Amino acid sequence: MPPIADVLTPDGLAAPVGLRTKDLLSIGDLLPEEIYLILDTAEAMKEVGTRSIKKVPALRGRTVVNLFFEASTRTRTSFEVAQKRLSADTINIAASGSSVVKGETLADTVRNLEAMAPDIIVVRHQSAGAGHLVARLCRARVINAGDGMHEHPTQALLDALTIRERKGTIKGLKVSIIGDLLHSRVLRSNVQLLQVLGADVSVCGPATMMLPDMARLGVRATTSIDEAVEGADVVMLLRIQLERMSGYFFPSLREYFQLFGMTPERLRRAKPDAIIMHPGPMNRGVEIASDVADGPYSVILEQVANGVAVRMAVLYLLADELQS
Amino acid sequence: MPVVMAADQVARSITRIAHEVVERHRTLDNLALIGIRTRGVPIARRLAAGLHDIAGTTVPTGVLDITLYRDDLMRHAVGPQPVLRKTDIDFSIDDRRILLVDDVLYTGRTIRAALDALIDFGRPGAIELAVLVDRGHRELPIKADYVGKNVPTSLSESVQVRLAEVEGLDEVVIKDASDS
Repeated sequence: MPPIADVLTPDGLAAPVGLRTKDLLSIGDLLPEEIYLILDTAEAMKEVGTRSIKKVPALRGRTVVNLFFEASTRTRTSFEVAQKRLSADTINIAASGSSVVKGETLADTVRNLEAMAPDIIVVRHQSAGAGHLVARLCRARVINAGDGMHEHPTQALLDALTIRERKGTIKGLKVSIIGDLLHSRVLRSNVQLLQVLGADVSVCGPATMMLPDMARLGVRATTSIDEAVEGADVVMLLRIQLERMSGYFFPSLREYFQLFGMTPERLRRAKPDAIIMHPGPMNRGVEIASDVADGPYSVILEQVANGVAVRMAVLYLLADELQS
Repeated sequence: MPVVMAADQVARSITRIAHEVVERHRTLDNLALIGIRTRGVPIARRLAAGLHDIAGTTVPTGVLDITLYRDDLMRHAVGPQPVLRKTDIDFSIDDRRILLVDDVLYTGRTIRAALDALIDFGRPGAIELAVLVDRGHRELPIKADYVGKNVPTSLSESVQVRLAEVEGLDEVVIKDASDS
């Protein structure tokens, strides 16, 4: 007799009961059924946040290290809230207050942390592949919370959860991602995830900010925002990442807003029930007008709320694998 | 694979438990049922329907997933971990009499987890326990208030409850681990 996993995913795949991988480093490592497992688990986790006692004992006695080499408010807080709701012991290390400022390398920092036997390490770093390096160096499970311009898998998962909640499904939706494509790890994770789940993804941004490997991603690209918004179910805006820019990509922020900023007028071309998403932090008046950010179509704060649930799901599912 | 309860016995047991619940409670106004996922949920729903038939009272019914409260999460579990599902209790349990419902009572560890989970939701006035099958071998001091059938088993056997809502038919069978 089969185990109680008596549900099928929307694609008719048998629901798995755990993740195959030790770490969550990249969306590309996940099978479609694992993505559904994470999203379904996150949906169940949301209920914990509605209780008066917002805590369950699932990760009691587990130690989680949040190793953040880059500025972060949302992601770090979200991971920390998720860990606390699961009763894990949380340790936060920020690069600015750590021995990194004394010249210690990432590898040495991680080897030293590993000696203290954490169970899970959540790592954010300005270099692509940092999470992979950490995962190779230690036994602890590693969650990539953003590595340079490479990937930010939990962001893509929380975006998918938000879209699925609002639209019922992701299959067949027209998703338009607009903004600083070149520097965006959110884009790279989202394109992979949304395509696996069957969305029709297109991207839009200044010609100077297109990805060199756009064709490999398999998305339609345009520099016309009106074309991008036309008929969209989901409009996802990306932050202009001034801190990562190593040259001049557009003449001024004002001109960027004129050409690519999302305004209520431009949004009229989208479907009447379109939703607006932004991974945060927002540059109001640059990639998004305040009227849109605070408008009725905006699900930006739902994304933040779902972030906690998705991170609880990922932490729980990885910790679950600790047994085997 | 001996069948220890056929469909009609399952139905009669649930009806009998409903009568016992009515008999034991002066009023059902303060009662709520909470089914433990997976198979406690349809049993709780059937009990609620039974209580409505007998007493005319609609008793609120909730769903509890105890996965996050299991004590074997970090150990080598018997089988794969079940997929986490939503807990859905849309009423306050404070000061209510809660009747927990599950399919099989065995070691008592599931009920221990359910009690811990319930207490995170509030302070019930009392908690009672109804199970379709009690197969013995308790590892914790837990006892059911209402039992559909006591089924003596050996540790090598497993008791499987099948319900129309989940498996398409009602029956309880005993399976020897060496058969599978």
